[in-house]
Amino acid sequence: MPQPLNYLKETASQTAGPYVHIGLIPAMAGFDIFEKNFSNVLVTPNTQGERITLEGKVIDGSGTPLRDVLLEIWQANAAGRYNHPADRSTGALDEEFRGWGRAGSDFESGLVTFETIKPGAIIDKTGRKGAPHINVWIVARGINIGLNTRLYFSDEEAANAADPVLNLIEQPVRRSTLIARRSERAGKIVYSFTINLQGPEETVFFDV
Amino acid sequence: MHAQALASRDPRLNRPEPFTPPLGDGGFFQRDRSMHPPAHAPGYKSSVLRSPRQALLSLENSVSEITGPVFGHNDLGPLDNDLIRNYAKDGDPVGERIIVHGRVLDETGRGVPNTLVEFWQANAGGRYRHKKDTYLAPIDPNFGGCGRALTDDTGYYYFRTVKPGPYPWRNYVNSWRPAHIHFSVFGSGFAQRLITQMYFEGDPLIPVWRILTTIPDQDALERLVAPLDLNASAPFDSLACRFDIVLRGQRSTYFENRTAGN
Repeated sequence: MPQPLNYLKETASQTAGPYVHIGLIPAMAGFDIFEKNFSNVLVTPNTQGERITLEGKVIDGSGTPLRDVLLEIWQANAAGRYNHPADRSTGALDEEFRGWGRAGSDFESGLVTFETIKPGAIIDKTGRKGAPHINVWIVARGINIGLNTRLYFSDEEAANAADPVLNLIEQPVRRSTLIARRSERAGKIVYSFTINLQGPEETVFFDV
Repeated sequence: MHAQALASRDPRLNRPEPFTPPLGDGGFFQRDRSMHPPAHAPGYKSSVLRSPRQALLSLENSVSEITGPVFGHNDLGPLDNDLIRNYAKDGDPVGERIIVHGRVLDETGRGVPNTLVEFWQANAGGRYRHKKDTYLAPIDPNFGGCGRALTDDTGYYYFRTVKPGPYPWRNYVNSWRPAHIHFSVFGSGFAQRLITQMYFEGDPLIPVWRILTTIPDQDALERLVAPLDLNASAPFDSLACRFDIVLRGQRSTYFENRTAGN
């Protein structure tokens, strides 16, 4: 027998369950406990960048919106820089932007919203340019392991067409499942998205 | 390093060069999905309509995956890791007092420092403080059921709580969840993000728990069961159990001699 490598194994994922709000968004569970809470608002008044609302639903295989789903988003700032030491790109850091937020869907409508900024284009470690995007992680009752996907922006057609990740998707028709649609409502910029867990328009999910 | 890349850097390929280990790309080790329950696990009925049916698209880790949110002590309050006191109104919550402690590690065995760990659970009677929970066991006025902690420089975390009770759920008519605590862990990169559950050694409901038994690997299943840790108990106060959590390992990065992600 050769020497053992002795790597540990990743802990098994388990569903977040129907009561995920207690731990991660206690106000939605119906009580107030922490002095400081995480939320779906990623911006402060001093954050740099174009203010946007991200708004959408997660749909199950019967066409019904999930009303107990939790989404987290992780994104670069307006200069395309992630607020993390492993991002070695040269865009300026924005101390007023962590780049992360979480939101639970509305218990009636299933609507999920985030208040954030539109990220800049990403410069990868190879110097490769990627289209602006937001990374999304989805957990809920019935989801055994968190689902990873991305949201791109409908007004970035040229950048999207050149994006190395979008181009990994073999069927062009499936690329559109990752595009959030821009519109303007009462003076606010809104990007709308639909994440389909199943069906002919199933969203592209990544094994990251 | 590929020969082609060497050639572009140094045309005098026939000149001997000292070998240096290749720099990794900082990507995480490929996730071994046989360690996880499958998305579509019909024994857990809720998964049927909520599981993607297309193949996942494998994504070579880019800066979007190897980075992730950074948290600090400013994000937390002083009682956040004390579930016995963080919602107490007029006394301590009812139940067996326990300490839960352990380390967050990666697959190389290194501790994951300064990472956020969040936990939530039912009270001693098996009831959640959640407006959607209608189980007949009573709410405990002194128990919220959630907390959070940052790991220290070695990846260690701990918190104090009462042991949760089992409770029924609608999978089959007579389905019961073993006592468990939910955990949410971040790691240094968003690709390490994980939610899991800790179970208690010796619980007879574990072998019949349909969500847990969808894990195909028996060892992976057993690693979710926290043993009693008598040495870590507080005499005449609290029993303790130990729960280590392993996140994906990371190939070495630009930060050669430093812990991954820092």
